[in-house]
Amino acid sequence: MADFKLPKPKFFVTNKKGENAELLADLNSEYRERRKDAVKRVIANMTVGKDVSSLFPQVVKNMQTEDLEMKKLVYLYLMNYAKSNPDLVILAVNTFVKDTDHVNPLIRALAIRTMGCIRVDKILDHLCEPLRKCLGDDNPYVRKTAALCVAKLWDLDPERAIENGFVTSLQELVSDTNPMVVANAVTALAEMQESSETKDVFVVNVSVMNKMLNALNECTEWGQIAILTSLAEYKPLDSKEAETICERVMPRLAHANGSVVLSAVRIILIMMRYIRSDEFNKQLVKKMSPPLVTLLASAPEVQYVALRNINLILQKRPDILQNDIRVFFCKYNDPPYVKLEKLEIMIKLCNDRNIDQLLSELKEYASEVDVDFVRRSVRAIGRCAIMIDDASERCVNVLLDLINTKVNYVVQEAISVIKDIFRKYPKRYEAIIPTLCQNLDSLDEPEARGSLIWIIGEYAERIDNADELIENFMETFLEENAQVQLQLLTATVKLFLKKPSQSQEIVHRVLQTATQDIDNPDTRDRAYVYWRLLSTDPQAAKAVVLSEKPPISVETRTISPGLMDELITNISTLASVYHKPPSAFLGNKAYSPDAIQKAAAADAQDEELHAVDGAESPAAAKEAAVKNAMADLLDLDFGSEPTSATSGGSFAPVMSPITSSAPALPPTSTGSSTGPNYSSDLFDFSSDTSSSIFGSTGASSGAGSSSNNFNSNNSNNSFGSLGGFGGSSGGMMASNNDPFAGLGGSAPAQQPPAQKPAGQQSGAMNDLLDLF
Amino acid sequence: MASAVSAVFILDLKGKVLISRNYRGDIPMNAVEKFLPLVLEAEEDSQAPAPVFTDNGVNYLYIRHNNLFLLAITRKNSNATTVMLFLHTVVNVLTEYFKELEEESIRDNFVIIYELLDEMMDFGYPQTTESKILQEYITQDAYKLEVQVRPPMAVTNAVSWRSEGIRYRKNEVFLDVVESVNLLVNANGNVLRSEILGAIKMKVFLSGMPELRLGLNDKVMFESTGRSPTKGKSIEMEDVKFHQCVRLSKFENDRTISFIPPDGEFDLMTYRLNTQVKPLIWVEALVENYTGSRIEYLIRAKAQFKRRSTANNVEIHIPVPEDADSPKFRSGIGSVQYVPEKSCVIWKIKQFQGGKEFSMRAHFGLPSVKSLDDADKRQPMSIKFEIPYFTTSGIQVRYLKIQERSGYAALPWVRYITQNGDYQMRMPDSIKNSKMAPI
Repeated sequence: MADFKLPKPKFFVTNKKGENAELLADLNSEYRERRKDAVKRVIANMTVGKDVSSLFPQVVKNMQTEDLEMKKLVYLYLMNYAKSNPDLVILAVNTFVKDTDHVNPLIRALAIRTMGCIRVDKILDHLCEPLRKCLGDDNPYVRKTAALCVAKLWDLDPERAIENGFVTSLQELVSDTNPMVVANAVTALAEMQESSETKDVFVVNVSVMNKMLNALNECTEWGQIAILTSLAEYKPLDSKEAETICERVMPRLAHANGSVVLSAVRIILIMMRYIRSDEFNKQLVKKMSPPLVTLLASAPEVQYVALRNINLILQKRPDILQNDIRVFFCKYNDPPYVKLEKLEIMIKLCNDRNIDQLLSELKEYASEVDVDFVRRSVRAIGRCAIMIDDASERCVNVLLDLINTKVNYVVQEAISVIKDIFRKYPKRYEAIIPTLCQNLDSLDEPEARGSLIWIIGEYAERIDNADELIENFMETFLEENAQVQLQLLTATVKLFLKKPSQSQEIVHRVLQTATQDIDNPDTRDRAYVYWRLLSTDPQAAKAVVLSEKPPISVETRTISPGLMDELITNISTLASVYHKPPSAFLGNKAYSPDAIQKAAAADAQDEELHAVDGAESPAAAKEAAVKNAMADLLDLDFGSEPTSATSGGSFAPVMSPITSSAPALPPTSTGSSTGPNYSSDLFDFSSDTSSSIFGSTGASSGAGSSSNNFNSNNSNNSFGSLGGFGGSSGGMMASNNDPFAGLGGSAPAQQPPAQKPAGQQSGAMNDLLDLF
Repeated sequence: MASAVSAVFILDLKGKVLISRNYRGDIPMNAVEKFLPLVLEAEEDSQAPAPVFTDNGVNYLYIRHNNLFLLAITRKNSNATTVMLFLHTVVNVLTEYFKELEEESIRDNFVIIYELLDEMMDFGYPQTTESKILQEYITQDAYKLEVQVRPPMAVTNAVSWRSEGIRYRKNEVFLDVVESVNLLVNANGNVLRSEILGAIKMKVFLSGMPELRLGLNDKVMFESTGRSPTKGKSIEMEDVKFHQCVRLSKFENDRTISFIPPDGEFDLMTYRLNTQVKPLIWVEALVENYTGSRIEYLIRAKAQFKRRSTANNVEIHIPVPEDADSPKFRSGIGSVQYVPEKSCVIWKIKQFQGGKEFSMRAHFGLPSVKSLDDADKRQPMSIKFEIPYFTTSGIQVRYLKIQERSGYAALPWVRYITQNGDYQMRMPDSIKNSKMAPI
């Protein structure tokens, strides 16, 4: 052994040229320490992302060693570079096979673990024999490692795993004496089952279930999670059996690991579907509350996941956590994403007993520093007002207090919120209109301006100087955001219909400006519609513009029952965090191990994730769209997202079918050609103009979608422009609060097929025609 | 519903990968390059980027520790809770190995981190994460590997947290019952939330494989066995969580806490209680703001627990405006310090006896021009303290029975302490222009 005095090694620092050459020499050195040092430097280079794949043969030569650390390093190297040197991997096979026979179980396990991670076909040929040996190894550490290795093999070549009888071996390992082996066997089987085509790899029957329940007590925390996850697959025969399972699983609620707790909660919630005793279910709900609350004492990221799940569970079982609203009060130092989730849950828990407490809390939040959180808090006050009739007055008073703080963004948000309260309780709070109008000058956000204008138009007959106020807004008409322009247009028409004598001149001017000077097709079109209406039949105009508006309500349960069940089955997983079914966010295509570059198609999918927001099922989307096509003319066009200051946000739900399906459509489909005809009939436009107008609408509003998609889909777009604004008004308060929506965290499972919108459109048009 | 993780990364705050481990090879590793841009983009959009998000079929889950991101990516519908907890476990294990987990220590120890990542997770599924056990076969000392290590029995035993053959000359157990009080009081002095998070922390120096049984004055147990406590009251614990060594099914059956402990320090159990007890330390603030010239504080602190107890190392943090200057203080007890970098005043009282009340006045100058938004006033007061020999809940260790085959006698030591948890009291609105005499 050479006496090598190494200085404190600085593996990452080299500035010499030809480093690889030097490494090469060291790797071939006769001294063990020098070789080891070289291997470490190779790994260091690999860590910082330098390409050291050229050293493959030399590194692999060092594999055969009794030095465990060295062996591990070489193995690590192999895992990383095997793919770039598939032909040379064969050099390592001998040592691998030898190592799986080593006297030391640590090395046996290491060898089989690493072999499984080398995703190269050549290795597979040599993997099966050692794997068979390891599955029957005396040492449980080796067996548990081999169990997972079967899943690795399956991932690359399921046929081979079946042919070699490994699936059967795994099924036997579920009865192993060692709990860790059981857990890994269950893990591997569950994963294989998921991708198996015949779905017979792992069927959780009574005997398997009992084996798993028995191993549960002795497993590590992670093992328990694996077992609990698989237990959830079991379909109980009757209510009694479901109760027994719940009783067996219940002690897990006292585990320190939050994931064990949530996995237990998942099973209990699933089993509750089978349990017929209401009393028993009530007990279960009671038992689950405290552990859920305790999850709020975890690290913030875990809290976030827990809160998203609680949000879900609350929609499924509204009786849970009924008296616990206080635990969701925000702490000053909670991270923003935790605060926003807590806010959502507080609103869900709000009732007439705790509303006062909640209001004082929300008022407190409205004076914090984080603008986004403040806005959401103000919005929450509005949602309380709409949810609880008796408390609406108190809510309005709090909002007035907030308006009096004169903090700009608070005032704007409060006014937007009050507009919704006015819609819910017409004619109840007119007295506060003067206060609102005092803040006219400080409003610079489109939504706030639009809201105030809407209020003025709606109550024009009660506001003495309504015409002056409208006049005031007229000065900046051309510079306004489209949303505000539309509001102003409608408010003016309302004013005219209510007080024809005062406002004839204004309405004329507005319509003229809107039709002649404004480029935005939405505004222009609406102005034309109004003009035509007013000039032909003022009564019809009244019927349309001043008609009863559909009531609004706060939807605290935003998830359809079918989706809900799917999400409950997925408690604690990503799906439960996004509140989307797994199919909505998982890439369907697997990356083949070598395909590093993402396909262009993936980009299109990305767009889809960005654009789609809210619509849950095709049916619902269609229904909403049809209903809301009218809403546009009824001037209910407010974006639902607090953040959607521009109209683009509210377009998204209706636009989604177009964006998502566009690439698959032929350039001209039958659906595309019928659309413009409808609209041209109605508006007396030439087909050409209409398509160009609508085409531009689409391009300007379809957030993030590439414009070439639109040329082939004009009809859909025209629908979008009519129905789009209304698309969100029905769910005005029921905003989608996924803070990551913008990142594409949200895409419904099924997109309506491309032809649907055309059908919807004709429906929408018919609605319009009926009215005329 | 497989919970597998595809790869784990440790990155610096600029998004540069310090070390990574690809477990499944089903996501191109360059997916990590999009991570930080996506987080920043989300920050711009909503100001509250969530720690879980999806992009292009890849799901990103991350935590922050010091100046590092720990990131896991997956293309399956993984168990998000597991992944988050696993990342935190990685932080804990690495911290136990290197004292401080930061860029430097990662560079210095990359070899052992690779080994640990390899051992703690296989094919994306968490494996052995007990740092005590890991330390037995993955050692720091790379140079004396002459003796071949083998996997400790514990790795796969039913008792995965303790190795056999542990020997101590003196067998001792230390039990610390620590109760942290979380309190939130609003500006009007109403208690919004008050809860106790209790923990029984153990330090175990016992030989062999000892079997322990812990008795508490647990109300549910007394009720179920029909016995009444011999002395004192019993308590009702709302949600009890145990270390994995405790036999949960046994606890569920007859409320006995029985276990074979790990060696050394660990948290045996935690519990939570919602109590209606008086806040232990009550602080009232009176703030007078003479806009443009000065701001004055009158702080009253009261110890609302029994006289025979004393709170130690009490610290009351009072937020003050960022632009305050020339501080002046007067207090009946303790020392007062202005910490401009945190915009707060810290009033420290070494010993605060139960039932006593003290007050402190602070006076600051303010610049004559003041920006309009006084957002800084919204920060709450926070209070730190420790009260030894005292628990709010009244929890008591009735016995700790220790049995081992060799039959040695072991001594259990019990200590009780109550301390602050998240103890916050919101500042009242300041009174403008009243007539409090200046100091």
